[in-house]
Amino acid sequence: MQLNREALTRAYRQMKLIREFEERLHEEIQTGEIAGFTHLYCGQEAVAVGVCEHLTERDKIVSTHRGHGHCLAKGCDVDGMMKEIWGSQDGLCNGKGGSMHIADIDKGMLGANGIVGAGAPIAVGAALSNKIDGPDEDGKLAIALAFSGDGACNQGTTFEAMNLAVVTKAPCIFVFENNHYSEHTGVDYAVGTVQDIASRAEAFGMKVWRADGTDFFAVHDTFREVLEYVRTPGNGPAAVEFDTERFFGHFEGDPQRYRGEGELDRLRAERDCLKIFRASVTGAALLDDADLDKVDADALQAIEDAVTAARAGARPQPENVLDNVYISY
Amino acid sequence: MAKLTYRDAIRNTMFQEMQRDERVVVLGEDVVGGMGTAGGPEAIGGIWSTTTGFYDAFGPNRVIDTPISESAIMGAAGGLALAGKRPIAEIMFADFIGVSMDQLWNQIAKFRYMFGGKSVCPAVIRMPCGAGYNAAAQHSQMISQFVTGMPGIKVVMPTTPEDACGLMRQAIRDDDPVVFLEHKFLYGLTGEVNEDPDFCIPFGHARLARAGKDVTIVASGMMVRYAETAADDLAQDGIGCDVIDIRTTSPLDEEAILDSVEVTGRAVIVDEAPPRCSLATDLSSLIAQKAFASLKAPIEMVTPPHTPVPFARELESAYLPSPAKIAAAVRKTLDYR
Repeated sequence: MQLNREALTRAYRQMKLIREFEERLHEEIQTGEIAGFTHLYCGQEAVAVGVCEHLTERDKIVSTHRGHGHCLAKGCDVDGMMKEIWGSQDGLCNGKGGSMHIADIDKGMLGANGIVGAGAPIAVGAALSNKIDGPDEDGKLAIALAFSGDGACNQGTTFEAMNLAVVTKAPCIFVFENNHYSEHTGVDYAVGTVQDIASRAEAFGMKVWRADGTDFFAVHDTFREVLEYVRTPGNGPAAVEFDTERFFGHFEGDPQRYRGEGELDRLRAERDCLKIFRASVTGAALLDDADLDKVDADALQAIEDAVTAARAGARPQPENVLDNVYISY
Repeated sequence: MAKLTYRDAIRNTMFQEMQRDERVVVLGEDVVGGMGTAGGPEAIGGIWSTTTGFYDAFGPNRVIDTPISESAIMGAAGGLALAGKRPIAEIMFADFIGVSMDQLWNQIAKFRYMFGGKSVCPAVIRMPCGAGYNAAAQHSQMISQFVTGMPGIKVVMPTTPEDACGLMRQAIRDDDPVVFLEHKFLYGLTGEVNEDPDFCIPFGHARLARAGKDVTIVASGMMVRYAETAADDLAQDGIGCDVIDIRTTSPLDEEAILDSVEVTGRAVIVDEAPPRCSLATDLSSLIAQKAFASLKAPIEMVTPPHTPVPFARELESAYLPSPAKIAAAVRKTLDYR
C-alpha cells in the first residue's frame, strides 16, 4: 500500500460513486422510467478503479455491456452518463447509445459494447496506434486495454485479438474480470480451462498476472506491474485475471434462479470490495470511518444530483434520429 | 495522365497517401507476405500485388502483416481509426466478410451514431470481390448487398483504373468508414489515370459510361464492363443505351438514374449479387417509386440466380450476367407490348 490519503480517498470515492450509481439504477429501473437493457457492475468496482486509477487520458479502454463502472473509473461525466441512460439529448451520446454504448473518446473511453467479446480487437487497434506513436519522453508507451468478462473469454474475437497483439507486440492489456457467470451459466461449465482464464492468455504467448478482484489493493498493486511491463517498448501485450463478484443479475430483471441459497447475502457480507477496502484502510489507520462516511454522503448526493439532472435533461426530437450516421453523405 | 492498370492505380494511390499522411496505415493477411519464412518480408507483397513495396518503404509499424484473423483485422482497423489513424484494412477475399461481420456491422458502422457523433472512424476496408476465376462459392461472391444495407458505411465499387484511383484517394481522405469493393477481374484492366496527387472523385456521383436515348442500363463494378459491351453491340443495331456506372452504392446518385430513366422510359439493372434483397431490387424499387410515370416497360434485372457461385466453367458462366444476357434484357424492354 503506497497510496497517500488523497489517493486512497479518491479511489474510494470512485468505487463508491460506481456503487451508488448502480444501486440507484437498480431501483429506478423497477419503476419503468428507464428504457432498454441494463447490466449493473455492482460488486466489481475494485477492478475498474484499481485499474483505471493508473491510466492517463492517452491510454485507451474498451469496455463491455457491463460498462458503467469502467466509464466512471475512466473519467466519464456522471451527469452525462445518467442523462444518456435516461435517453436524453444531453446525454454523453445524445441518447443514441444508452447504457450499453456509452463512450467518451476524449477521455480515452472507446465505448462500452453490446456484443460480448467485441472489444478486444478494437483495443488491439488502439494499442497499435499507440505503438505507431511511440514512447513518450520517459520512454513509455501509452496502452490500450480491453475489459472482458469470463463470458467474453470464450469468444473467438478475444482469441484472435490476443494472438494479433502478441504477433504485433501491441501495447495492449487484456483485463479479464471473472465474476463466475457468463450471463446465466457458470464458469465451471463454460470455461474449459476450469476457472482459469489467465492460462489461456498465457498460452497465446503473453505474460499474465492474477489477483483477487475484490481487494482494491491487490488489483492496484498487480496492475501497476502489468502496466509497467506493457508500457515498456518491445514487451508487447499482457493479461490479468481478477477474481470478482457480481451482486446483481446478468441484466436488470434477471430472476437469478442460478444462484445458490444465501449466495448473494454471503457475497455482500464477505466479498464486497467496498467493505474490504474500508476494513483495510481503517484497520491500518490510513483513513477513518468519518472520512469514508463523508465520501459516502458525497457520492449519494452526486447520484441524486445526476438523477435530477437526467430527469430534467432535454429529450431528443424525432428528427434527431437522422443525426450522426455519417460525417458527410 | 498515365496509363495504369486498375491494380496499380489502387496500389499507387495508397502508396502516395501513405507518403502524404503518416496516419495512413495498412493491415491485413499477407499484405507484406513472407513474414516468418526463409523468403523473408516482401517475399509476396500482397497476394493481389496491391501492397508490394509498402513494407520496405514504410516499415512494420505502418504496414501490419496480420495472422489469418479477419475479426481481429476488422476490429483493429476500427480501433486504429478511433484512436486517430487512417487504416486501410484488406480482407483478402470479400467472402471472408462473414468471419469479420460483427466488427464491421455492429462496431465500425455504428460507432459514430451510437456515440452521439463524438467519434470519427476513418477506416477503409478493401475487399477484393467477384466471380470469373472459377474460385467457387466461397471465393467469388459479390457482397454489395450486405454492406450497402449497413447505415454508417459508405460503399465504393470502382470499374476503371481512373475511378479506382480517384475513389481510393477519396476513401482514404474521407472521415467516414468506407468499404472498397475491388473487382478481382478488373485488376489487369489498363486505362488513363489522372496523375494529380489530389485527384479525388467525390462519392455519390455516377459516371455515364455510354450515352443513348432508348434504354437505361444501371450497373456497378465488373458489370459495367459487360454493360458497355452490350451497349456497343446494340448500337450496331441502332439501339442507344445510357450505361450508368453508379460508382458508389452508398451514397447513391439517385438523380443520375432517375434523370436517365425519365428520358428512356426503360431500365435494365445489372448486378453480380444474387437477386433477392439486392442492389438490383433496391434500384428497381427506386425507379418504380420515383420514375413510375416515365416507364414504358417493366424494369428488367440481370442477375445471377438465387444460388451460390458454382465452380465448373460452364456453370459459372451460366451463373454470371453477360453482355449477351444484358443485350437480351434491353431488347425485352424494347419489345414490350
